[in-house]
Amino acid sequence: MLVPCTGRVEEILVLKAFESGADGVMVVGCMEGDCHYLVGNIQARRRVARVADILEKIGIGGQRVRMYNLSAGEGVNFAAFANEMTEHVRGLGPSPINVVRKGPKK
Amino acid sequence: MIVGNAKPIEEVLSMIEPFDKLIVAGCNGCVTVCRAGGEKEVQILASALRLAREAQGRPVEIREVTLERQCDPEYVELMRPYVGDYQAVVSIACGAGVQFLAEHFSKTPLLPGINTGFIGVTEKQGEWSERCQACGDCVLHLTGGICPVTRCSKSLFHGPCGGSVEGHCEIDKEVPCGWQLIIDRLKALGRLDLYEKLRPMKSWKTSRDGGPRRIVREDLI
Ligand code: SF4
Repeated sequence: MLVPCTGRVEEILVLKAFESGADGVMVVGCMEGDCHYLVGNIQARRRVARVADILEKIGIGGQRVRMYNLSAGEGVNFAAFANEMTEHVRGLGPSPINVVRKGPKK
Repeated sequence: MIVGNAKPIEEVLSMIEPFDKLIVAGCNGCVTVCRAGGEKEVQILASALRLAREAQGRPVEIREVTLERQCDPEYVELMRPYVGDYQAVVSIACGAGVQFLAEHFSKTPLLPGINTGFIGVTEKQGEWSERCQACGDCVLHLTGGICPVTRCSKSLFHGPCGGSVEGHCEIDKEVPCGWQLIIDRLKALGRLDLYEKLRPMKSWKTSRDGGPRRIVREDLI
């Protein structure tokens, strides 16, 4: 999902992703200090932490959301972060929501 | 504004335990400003409750609404057409809003989603502090604009107690002594005479001591 700035990533967007069946969400913003809108990525970091806290408390798991920072020119890093996140979420397994939606194992 | 703070999600989850069709109701007034009970918080709470309950295998259906104010009948009544279709309402307005909804919708259980804190101000983003305890007989013109009822931990009325140390209250070194603040401000205003004047004891009958209060404005009725 593309947004003009991670400052647009409000808590509800991340929560909705989990409601829509995401096993994990990575929020990727610019380097801290480099935000075109000054503090968008700092706000995003706080919001991601808030969502992680909520997810932890409701049994979905706070580890399922992470924030990464890189500059727009760092395609290689982006790929590395995306792979890292994918592995991380694979390690965690499906979200409890998806486990319930899939029903009991046959 | 009235400042509130979200209840722990676990507590809200235990309140909604018996129900599977709910309204989460916010308020566009004070609690929106203090980020406890506005439209965004309604969305977040509703989503978190849905996720939690679905993960438990007991999904919950939630209608999200945010009234202009939960403390005015015109707005509260807007819920009447559909409130009966739901088993309970989690209100994240202040305690006044929660109670007003309960009064209007007598058959619907009302559950408070936030803890109402105090009448206060925004110190900075994410930090609020108390300023007024609504004593019903304001004395701020005598005390340099600083409330002795609220800012003094003991609500003293005639100057600091013996616990005032270097401008701080004995309850906590982080808490400024209310009376030190008052005296400093009166000094700055050149009005220490206000402090030196003897005053009769404050009557608390306009405060909570007289029971639930009511203001009736005949000119507006
Ligand atoms: S130290 Fe000051 S603020 Fe604290 S109780 Fe005494 S007078 Fe009140």
